[in-house]
Amino acid sequence: MLAFLALASIALVGIAPQCQAIVIYTGWERHALVGSDVRLSCSFFSWRWTSEDVTFSWSYRPDGSRDSISIFHFTGGAPYVDNKGPFRDRLEFVGNPGRRDGSILIKNLDFSDNGTFTCDAKNPPDIVGRPSSVRLLVFENLPVQAGVITGAIIGAVLGLLVLIVVIYYLMRFLVARRVFNLSVSKHGKKGKGKEGSQQRQGPVLYATLDQSKLKASASEKKKQESRKDKK
Amino acid sequence: MLLLLLGIILLHLAALVLLFISTIVSAWVVNPTGSSDLWLNCSTPNGGTHCISATAGEWIQAVQALMILAIIFSFLSIFLFFCQLFTLQKGGRFFLTGIFQILASLFVMSGATIYTVRSSDWVHKNDSFGFAYILAWVAFPLALLSGLIYVVLRKRE
Repeated sequence: MLAFLALASIALVGIAPQCQAIVIYTGWERHALVGSDVRLSCSFFSWRWTSEDVTFSWSYRPDGSRDSISIFHFTGGAPYVDNKGPFRDRLEFVGNPGRRDGSILIKNLDFSDNGTFTCDAKNPPDIVGRPSSVRLLVFENLPVQAGVITGAIIGAVLGLLVLIVVIYYLMRFLVARRVFNLSVSKHGKKGKGKEGSQQRQGPVLYATLDQSKLKASASEKKKQESRKDKK
Repeated sequence: MLLLLLGIILLHLAALVLLFISTIVSAWVVNPTGSSDLWLNCSTPNGGTHCISATAGEWIQAVQALMILAIIFSFLSIFLFFCQLFTLQKGGRFFLTGIFQILASLFVMSGATIYTVRSSDWVHKNDSFGFAYILAWVAFPLALLSGLIYVVLRKRE
């Protein structure tokens, strides 16, 4: 156990220096309605403590354009928002840098806001990392997320199938038990005392017949027929 | 008997392969500048490829679901066929296998029908249907035929 712990700690120590970079998380795609507000979240993971010099910067690239423009920068504990570009008076910082959150809020969305938003964060001295992008799609009326209905239909049909199979086996089990009980009571009354061995064998045979109807009945019938023929 | 068995399995596999191809290949609707399938609507108007994912409406998701269900049921059917081949008693019919295969054929028929009716929302009206769409329609009679054969068929030995 101790050896294992030691090994694990060695492994962790060995891995840790390689991971000493900053990893930035944003969503993948955001859907929003025209005229509504959308919160674009951005957070990061770093092995270091969150320093006072943490910076966040957001840039925006419209659909069909190659250049991106900077729309937001947070540095030295103060946010600086776009005051000339397309998001003038519509951008607000709603994050919490102390909690590694650099989210922004874009108000009163328009169709021209379709595009890619890229978030970059630095947590000095941890500065090596790749910016992360989220794509904003503005719709007139929000479409259903791709795959939800597909999954629902497939799940419903397969669930129904499983339910039918379960009910079928349950019914078969119950019916088999009832027949078994019936045959026990019948035979129990019939032959008292005389043929002890046969009396005990009778119900057991019936029960096996009923439970494995599909497989065994044909062969059993054949056997019985052949017995009759012999007689 | 063996030849018949082989023929049925081949028919079933053919239907299954057609279902797979028609679900995956991006050629349900083709036009000179692009093609679209059940998942993406791609066009290359001027150099760059531009794709829209399938959020056009609920109906395209229904078509996706029906095609996938058809594949699943056809797959279950061939699995059940091999099970029943070894466990069924002499003279029995492959009812379960047949029912699954017929259900698969009904699924693919409904999917293709919905696509035929509603595809004008998804693509331009004067685009022509592609080969994947035709394969889906070919898979329907094949699956139905093999399903009916399973129901009619009796096990000999």
